[in-house]
Amino acid sequence: MNLPGRVWFFRGSKAAISIPALILTAAFVGYAGLARESGLSLLETLLMTGLVWALPSIVVLTGAISSGMGLVPAAIAVALASVRLMPMTMALIPMVKVEGKTKRWQLLYISHFIAVTAWVHGMRNLPDLPREGRLPFFAGFGTALTSFVFCMTGVAYLLVERMPPMVAGALVLLTPVYFICSLWSAARLAADKAALLIGLVLGPFFYLVTPGLDLLWTGLAGGTLAYLITRYMRRGLL
Amino acid sequence: MIDAWWWPYVMIIFAGWIATDMWRWLGVLVGGGLREDSELLIWVRSVATALVAGVIAKLILFPSGILAETPVWLRIFAAVCGFSAFLATRQKVIVGVLAGEAVLIIGWLMLGGA
Repeated sequence: MNLPGRVWFFRGSKAAISIPALILTAAFVGYAGLARESGLSLLETLLMTGLVWALPSIVVLTGAISSGMGLVPAAIAVALASVRLMPMTMALIPMVKVEGKTKRWQLLYISHFIAVTAWVHGMRNLPDLPREGRLPFFAGFGTALTSFVFCMTGVAYLLVERMPPMVAGALVLLTPVYFICSLWSAARLAADKAALLIGLVLGPFFYLVTPGLDLLWTGLAGGTLAYLITRYMRRGLL
Repeated sequence: MIDAWWWPYVMIIFAGWIATDMWRWLGVLVGGGLREDSELLIWVRSVATALVAGVIAKLILFPSGILAETPVWLRIFAAVCGFSAFLATRQKVIVGVLAGEAVLIIGWLMLGGA
């Protein structure tokens, strides 16, 4: 069964019509309100959504622009908030790459869509697809998801005056609960599950101890710990 | 310079786009050489997963906006209920999400919030 790439691209776009897409849209609707309150124009808000495409980094940049921070400190703050994208990309790329066939520019294109929502969906669903179909599927998923959220962010910026407080609050909790559940089902090895649980505990700890660098430390310390524990368990040493 | 009309766009391109996408591009360059079944990749995936878990925990413990007005134990309790419902229903993500939301809203109303 060798379906052409455009079929997989189309299937990927269709798969983007999903609960996670709605949750992410809700998060960006919430962001549109924040952007407007911070004095950003519609064009600036949309450019940030499309070009940065990682909500935590977008929020950091919004704060930097509205507080008149300089270019270099702002770039450092955003870069720190975005380091996590590198190991996430490194983990996804070997999954979609077809040796000797996939072109570098295709990988660079799909890498732009790597943010938590698409990454979690990809890690969970791509292994079930034939290898040839994974890259076009992920490209379709990412393109459709980003375009839709991009448009909805613009609409929300123009329309949403004020949301009822409880709705706004409930929307904020949607994201973490969704992420925990789908990361758990995306976990293929004990190491992935251990990393999830350890990261949940270490995240707040490092946030209080080394704010700013907290996610980096959570990833390195938590991930390494999870890897080592499960490696010893695999070898029956623990 | 910081008051010029084009300044926010310079910020968005350099401090936003480049500062974010450079990590994705680096990930492509380094990740392209990793074998899918290598020990190194298992470690990289653990690091990425722990990082994302850190983001999740911060969203629950230190949320922004109106959710910050709810007690922290209610948010943790709602998340734990959601995750338990997810596990109890053979890993149906939507059940987990709805259960977590239900617990949050009921608890919030009972405390007379918002």
